[in-house]
Amino acid sequence: MERRQRREMAGKVFEAVALAATVFGLVVLAMLLFDVARRGLGVLSWSFFTSYPSRFPEQAGIRSALLGTIWVMALTALFAVPLGVAAAIYLEEYAPRNRLTRFIELNINNLAGVPSIIYGLLGLELFVRGLKLERSILAGALTLSLLILPILIAASREALRAVPMSLREAAFALGATRWQVIRHQVLPVAFPGILTGMILALSRAIGETAPLITIGALTFIAFDPRGPLDKFTVLPIQIFNWVSRPQAGFHARAAGAILVLLAVLLSMNGLAIYLRYRLQRRYQW
Amino acid sequence: MEEIVLETQNLTVYYNGRPAIEGISLRIPRRRITAIIGPSGCGKSTLLRCFNRMNDLIPSARVTGRVLFEGVDLYGPDVDVVEVRRRIGMVFQKPNPFPKSIYENVAFGPRIQGIRDRRRLDEIVERCLRAAALWDEVKDKLHQNALTLSGGQQQRLCIARALATEPEVLLMDEPASALDPIATMKIEDLMRELAREYTIVIVTHNMQQAARVSDYTAFMLAGEDRVGRLIEFGPTQQIFTRPRDRRTEDYITGRFG
Amino acid sequence: MGLMSRSAAGIYAARLQRGMATRWREWGELAIQGLLLFAAMVSVFTTLGIVAVLVIEAVPFFQQVSLIEFLTDPQWTPLFAQKHFGILPLVAGTFLTSAVALALAMPVGLLSAIYLSEYAPARVRAILKPALEVLAGIPTVVYGYFALLFVTPLLKRVIPDLETFNALSAGLTMGIMIIPLISSLSEDALYAVPGSLREAAYALGATRLEVALRVVIPAALSGIVASFILAASRAIGETMIVAIAAGQRPILTLDPRRAIETMTAYIVQVSLGDTPHGTLEFRTIFAVGLVLFLLTLVFNLIALRIIERYREVYR
Repeated sequence: MERRQRREMAGKVFEAVALAATVFGLVVLAMLLFDVARRGLGVLSWSFFTSYPSRFPEQAGIRSALLGTIWVMALTALFAVPLGVAAAIYLEEYAPRNRLTRFIELNINNLAGVPSIIYGLLGLELFVRGLKLERSILAGALTLSLLILPILIAASREALRAVPMSLREAAFALGATRWQVIRHQVLPVAFPGILTGMILALSRAIGETAPLITIGALTFIAFDPRGPLDKFTVLPIQIFNWVSRPQAGFHARAAGAILVLLAVLLSMNGLAIYLRYRLQRRYQW
Repeated sequence: MEEIVLETQNLTVYYNGRPAIEGISLRIPRRRITAIIGPSGCGKSTLLRCFNRMNDLIPSARVTGRVLFEGVDLYGPDVDVVEVRRRIGMVFQKPNPFPKSIYENVAFGPRIQGIRDRRRLDEIVERCLRAAALWDEVKDKLHQNALTLSGGQQQRLCIARALATEPEVLLMDEPASALDPIATMKIEDLMRELAREYTIVIVTHNMQQAARVSDYTAFMLAGEDRVGRLIEFGPTQQIFTRPRDRRTEDYITGRFG
Repeated sequence: MGLMSRSAAGIYAARLQRGMATRWREWGELAIQGLLLFAAMVSVFTTLGIVAVLVIEAVPFFQQVSLIEFLTDPQWTPLFAQKHFGILPLVAGTFLTSAVALALAMPVGLLSAIYLSEYAPARVRAILKPALEVLAGIPTVVYGYFALLFVTPLLKRVIPDLETFNALSAGLTMGIMIIPLISSLSEDALYAVPGSLREAAYALGATRLEVALRVVIPAALSGIVASFILAASRAIGETMIVAIAAGQRPILTLDPRRAIETMTAYIVQVSLGDTPHGTLEFRTIFAVGLVLFLLTLVFNLIALRIIERYREVYR
């Protein structure tokens, strides 16, 4: 009987330890958020959003970084979304089960695990120097597009796979060609899922720092970017720059910028969740 | 003497190199309802899907033998599959309307054939919905989502949708198996009505249904080797009253399946 | 019903043959398919591009620096007057931070996975799982901030001789970041273990802990190992946390209290500096990048292989 009790005791202890491990990450998350809020809430003011970076912490703002982030994200979405959706359509709706297809899939899976800074080296040689785009918004957006492509493809494939086969059959049986089936029936149904995946992929891109540093995005931009060929900085780089300074005043600015970045991320994720529930119809068949 | 629309000659379908149905030779008469019956797994649907080449969508499927439509081999080298599917319509087991409006469901076929004229589309939609005995129920809500209709209405919408490409043949794969008895009765009445203009091939596991609606009946059965074969084909009356094959008699008297 | 007479059946049948219109349509379809295939091939081009860029820039580097020196010289000082090109200190720095990260993330991640798949009531799971995913969605630069300005000061109270930039804080923070990676992949593997296996063990009188440790984990082992390998690959390639908090001092040490430099942090250091493109000094980042790419490639391929295999087993 004593052995039985010991076994039960061990079970209880283990469950408590496992629960503690699960909660551990969340506790750290709470500490992180608390620290960022404690340090950064004070700097959030109108002028923080409208000022350029400065040598003086109390005057420094995120105007150019925020504009740069918006520019880069818009262009990244423009390049990556059509490519990602097209690749997903090919792999889900066309690709025969052959070695080429398996090779493409292996490539995508592997690219998802390539360190982001390696994409930076690719972007530096291919876009900045090869295509002579210099350290421009365009070069940054192209680099980030390649980076998030595997995520987009995976999410779009999942959305396409969720479209019932019976829908495709119905359209085929009416004499629709494969592209007509996809264009008129499959894509509209998969759209909410693709949109959700797109937002999540972009929320990955928006926090990326390393590849943009590698392609030479600047840390000090005191003007508004006006076109895709302008030099730029983005929020994460601005944060990196401020964190790396010794003055506590800049650390507070970094925390403030982190709050803005997290708020943007939170609203993107919230939007994704909202869209998923709002747009996705339930099919009973 | 009946006029033959569809004919299979020694038709065999393989999935992954294994035959699913084998050596089927069958002649489908014009403007009649032909029922294909048999226990589940005997390859009824596989056979039906040869008539509009839906099996093409399964990469591992391979077809040998011939399927003649108006004397032309559907699996011949220069046949346009898209055209085949327009001329030979199909209705599926579960109603599968597109998640769009009732109007757009019916208009889809004509639209992809390039008909853009609104008045002509209106006319086609009304004609097909009338033909499918659905017009009176939906004429006031043509732009409502098709998924709001009841199951029986959805299935009649699918029939209307199939009629819109002006097919000569309608293939029906257990069209009433997901419906309640009243909706089933409506579909069966509709089939009798449609048989005046169209050739109908229906797959059903419901023998009463086959007896009620069809003019001809084909009985299929899979042997020990799980390969489906045609056991007997003839006028429905004869199959159900004086079957020639012992296995047909066993099946229709409910001894197995 | 608006149907034409069909007495001349042969005329209709003739229309089944592919005509000119059909051929045009088929060309269009083929063109679309080609475009889509091209989009799918972009991933292949990307891989090729990465390999090409790294090799093209690394070849002239290795013409000037021998592979032996690169792999065995214990010093890395390409930016100083007295140049040494031994990658060992960077590799050591990378492995040190990654080891710290994995030492934290492997047990915590696996325990979370076990809790979520074997213990947690459905409702608790529905809250905890997405909450853990939030950790994976936080930008790494934010973790860098956290490591430098929160974790390091905190640890300094316990370890007084901790340097301001150190491998320990960076590694621990990185560990927190990769917990969700391990827990969600491991949970997938645990979840894939058939319920019948668990029931069989319960029927023999095993407790929940015994079922988890002796039945479920062994059955899911390959998936768990795959998650560890992917986590290691992620840690090796992680950049911002180490660039901010681990330092820029390439020394050969296994002491996590000291400032070190990882391969990724070195690439950032050069990118931020004013080293001119085309020089030997600048090419070092491609040589380092090549090593980094090959390392993570091997890890990823091993993990993908394992995952592919266990998916087949339970399919």
